[in-house]
Amino acid sequence: MVRLEGLRKVFKKGTIDEKTAMDGLNLHVEEGDFVTVIGSNGAGKTTMLNLISGTFPPDEGEIYINGDNVTHLPEHRRAGYLGRIFQDPLMGTASSMTIEENLAMADLRGQSRGLTWGVKKARREHYRETLKMLDLGLENRLKDSVSLLSGGQRQSLTLLMATLSMPKLLLLDEHTAALDPKTADLVMELTEKIVAENRLTTIMVTHNMNQAIKHGNVMIMLHEGKLKFDIQGQAKSSLTVEEVVKRFGGELKDEALLC
Amino acid sequence: MLFSGFMLTVPISLEQGLAYALVALGIVITFRVLAFPDLTVDGSFPLGAAVTARLITMNVDPLLSILAAVLGGFLAGCCTGLLNTRLRINSLLSGILMMTILYSLNLRIMGRSNIQLLTVDTFLTPLENLDMNRFIPMIGFFFLVAFAFKILTDLFLHTQKGLAMRATGDNEQMIRTLGVNTDNMTVLGLGISNAFVALSGSLVAQSQGFADVGMGIGMIVIGLASIIIGESLVGVRTGKKSVMRLTIAALVGSVVYKFIIAVGLRMGLAPTDLKLATGIMVILALGLPALKGGREGKLHLRGV
Repeated sequence: MVRLEGLRKVFKKGTIDEKTAMDGLNLHVEEGDFVTVIGSNGAGKTTMLNLISGTFPPDEGEIYINGDNVTHLPEHRRAGYLGRIFQDPLMGTASSMTIEENLAMADLRGQSRGLTWGVKKARREHYRETLKMLDLGLENRLKDSVSLLSGGQRQSLTLLMATLSMPKLLLLDEHTAALDPKTADLVMELTEKIVAENRLTTIMVTHNMNQAIKHGNVMIMLHEGKLKFDIQGQAKSSLTVEEVVKRFGGELKDEALLC
Repeated sequence: MLFSGFMLTVPISLEQGLAYALVALGIVITFRVLAFPDLTVDGSFPLGAAVTARLITMNVDPLLSILAAVLGGFLAGCCTGLLNTRLRINSLLSGILMMTILYSLNLRIMGRSNIQLLTVDTFLTPLENLDMNRFIPMIGFFFLVAFAFKILTDLFLHTQKGLAMRATGDNEQMIRTLGVNTDNMTVLGLGISNAFVALSGSLVAQSQGFADVGMGIGMIVIGLASIIIGESLVGVRTGKKSVMRLTIAALVGSVVYKFIIAVGLRMGLAPTDLKLATGIMVILALGLPALKGGREGKLHLRGV
């Protein structure tokens, strides 16, 4: 489903600030996998997601999604393959526009956009039905500006938008980190539900070790731009935080990871 | 005497305000929708006038020469967009470069710095020859044009492409991950905006009876003043009907601006001080909230 081969990315090459963010990463994600990604600050987690979604090209290596080589496709042309949610709830929605307008834009992910009506009547019912799943009452606020929503509501809406048009791959970049614990749990619950119902292949970066262990069927750890370990299946489901710390505590300088 | 003088400013500012409303509408698309501070306007306004004036004096059909002006404005806007998106030149500088280039271009198009159109038939001549006060058909015509383009803009900004353009100004990262080439959206938006501005230039030249290479100087500040006045009168908000409010604010603001200026002139403001007064008006509108409310009080207007 997703194959990363020998990915290398160096930032600020040739300056004193040179930083090797990705140092020959190989990763293979199967269809239907839910991969959680941990690693301390600067391990290359976000760089990996940026490379997959095409924010910038790799210096070396190849990226395949669904068997297609997308290494040199610009970001907007990869949209048909993947949905992405950022840490900042403000980044996933256009705040000056209405809820239904945001959904309508997400509805057309990766398709060409013409001069027909943006929010179609027939689709509006569908949006209403889909919003009911969030259980936030948003189904009655289709014409409200997104700027009126709270961070948690916006992130839930973003999640819905990312999955509305059934992407092949869902990328979650610490998407609950900026929310308060209760809202974060709600959004995470919703994520599980949507991923399970649609059998989406998912890669979730998180700073929260508990979250990484609790969710998904594969857990990987990045360290200095390389894959440090991956645990799947039975071994993954019986994993505990203590075990991970015992085995890899040395690399886990980041204390936030341990809470 | 004084009263009748003021009464006369009403039809004048209505006609002029509506004729210049397309400039304000164009600025809404760049500054407010795309959040792109486009200064091409100072060049594309006289471009529209120059193209139309030159073609009409060459006996080209007036309607055709208006269409040529619109196309010219569209291309000028696209050039600014390409400078910014393809060559990665700063948005303000892209506009300044195009504005400067257009100054020479406009002189070339006209062959001299001024073309008079009083003795030739323009698109507006049939209206001026009607057997009634000149103001009536003129105000009617400019009202229809301004309103038609307001409606067209509203409709466009609610199409699939229009939503993508609004999102480009609102959250570029987000709409790019949804598969929209935001560079193309910026180029298209700047093209449409400057097409409106050039159309305004073309019509203004025909109604005032001449095209002049200097008629665009300060146009961006006039347009900004108009939309700021309009927005404070109409009230802007986000979400539902946000677009309709922006476009109606452009129309209202443009007329009210011309009215304020006309009254100012009546009360003894020297015509040469107009741009100074307009500039101060914009500075006050943008700056007063900051002075009153400290750092937080600063007006957060898109593109400004």
